[in-house]
Amino acid sequence: MKDLFRGELVRLTSEEPDFRAKIEVNWQRDSEFHRLADGDPAALNSAKKIKEWIEKNVERDFNPSRYFFSIRALDDDKLIGFLGLWLELVHSEVWVGIGIGERDYWGKGYGTDAMKLCLQYSFMELGAQRVSLGLFEYNARALKSYEKAGFKLEGRMRKEMMREGKRTDTLWMGVLRDEWLQMQNGAKP
Amino acid sequence: MFDIATQLFESPDIRFGPIDYEKDPEIESKWTHNAEFMRLYEFEPARPMSAAIVKKQYEKLEKKIEEDKNLYHFMIRATADDRLIGKAMIQRIDWANGNCSLRVGIGSTDDQRKGHGTQALKMLLRFTFAELNLFRVTANVAEYNEGAIALVKKLGFTEEVRRRQSLEREARRWDLLVFGLLKDEWLKQVQA
Amino acid sequence: MNDIFTGKLVRLSAYDPKEMGEAFAIWARDSEYRRMSDARAASLPSAKRAIEFFEKDLEEMSSAIHFFGVRALADDALIGEMVLEIIDWAGRDAFIGLSIGARSNWNRGYGTDMTNVLLRFAFTEVNLQRVTLSVFEYNPRAIRTYEKAGFRHEGRLRQFLNKEGRRWDMLFMGILREEWLEQNMESRS
Repeated sequence: MKDLFRGELVRLTSEEPDFRAKIEVNWQRDSEFHRLADGDPAALNSAKKIKEWIEKNVERDFNPSRYFFSIRALDDDKLIGFLGLWLELVHSEVWVGIGIGERDYWGKGYGTDAMKLCLQYSFMELGAQRVSLGLFEYNARALKSYEKAGFKLEGRMRKEMMREGKRTDTLWMGVLRDEWLQMQNGAKP
Repeated sequence: MFDIATQLFESPDIRFGPIDYEKDPEIESKWTHNAEFMRLYEFEPARPMSAAIVKKQYEKLEKKIEEDKNLYHFMIRATADDRLIGKAMIQRIDWANGNCSLRVGIGSTDDQRKGHGTQALKMLLRFTFAELNLFRVTANVAEYNEGAIALVKKLGFTEEVRRRQSLEREARRWDLLVFGLLKDEWLKQVQA
Repeated sequence: MNDIFTGKLVRLSAYDPKEMGEAFAIWARDSEYRRMSDARAASLPSAKRAIEFFEKDLEEMSSAIHFFGVRALADDALIGEMVLEIIDWAGRDAFIGLSIGARSNWNRGYGTDMTNVLLRFAFTEVNLQRVTLSVFEYNPRAIRTYEKAGFRHEGRLRQFLNKEGRRWDMLFMGILREEWLEQNMESRS
């Protein structure tokens, strides 16, 4: 069987809470990154606080419905992002949260490669029937990346977010198991 | 906009009320034994609950409301005799962005198809827009829940997202519909 | 949709520890009942002890375990209990256990109806892929009931039990989603 954690540009890892927290501090200080990735008001948490959160939520006993990864670039092994999966057990739906925190790695295919690994893991290891995600209307780069990975736009929640005094929509996307399987057999997204 | 004297919790046939720990657990326990109701109101597997369990859930709910501060819950009671007939919730309030999710359920078959759901949702909307000052509301409805779909459409919600094949029941997959209503849209309706 | 709580002779109801504990203390006085449903040496719990035991059971109300009381439709009497427990979500397999308390209710078709109701719940509400159970070699009535419901023999732990001065096997039986759907659902999409 294939290596689920290794793609062409990135690999999925698990990091020591200490180290991971320090990197996260820097990502949080980039408010553009925060506003692309997160709907809550931007905040600046200490490494200590983030470490506690990681230990409380990520490092506990195995939970069949939650899977957290960090993303490292293969070429220089730099820790560049995160991937979180929430599996709705009864209905077999996976929700994805993904972000590339290092802006030097934006727009170069790292995110799309990570998403490919994410879909493969969701369908081939978690047995998902569908994978879903939401993104903000103003995140054009993510929209393109997700469409390339196979997600279809299923609608928009109008004016759900407000930032910089402007109301924007939240886009909702999903990819079904059959669609993804067909893509693996050569069908185009 | 409205008179301060306008009652937030009173409608012609129903009213919003608090949890009655003495009487309500028994009634709600009966609803949970009705698989049809549970499959319309919940996405989690239906499960019958004893009055004791329902009581524990009320306690957990009131604790959550106090701690999370992003949730409101109302019991729907018949105006005539204060009898419990359903429940309503405002969930996942995102204060910074001014949005939330709504949920309404009329528990017993005898009380359904009488317009109570409509009155309850109207009151819930007024509370959300005119008391919580939120900007938009969302309702998540399963494709097979024709009653709820008709209700939200009647009150001006727009179908915004079709989450394809998100639910599984009766050995087949169903779409989950996401409906949205904005404050301006609600105001127009109410003032008309 | 089907009423998944109601069968032809029984219905699923809430599992109330007090009611279940009191009933169980009475049922357990019939040692044959104990020997059919429990591998451990038969004992006689007080109602108080049984209630405590069932209360503890209910502490673990999660989506991975479902406890039910079983009531006869005719007179709404509590006649037995059932449990559905998902051990590992990845396999979407659950163990079931069920018992009918009073001897006067044996051989009346309740077991078959209870099994069918539980399987319908497992396959069309919790959306599992298979259901497993274990049954003792010396319980031919139960084995016959499960065979009628569609379970197939999958193996046995040889000489697992030691009762009445001899050794007995514990049998494992299983039923697959496809098998049950084919036998029980008219149309699917």
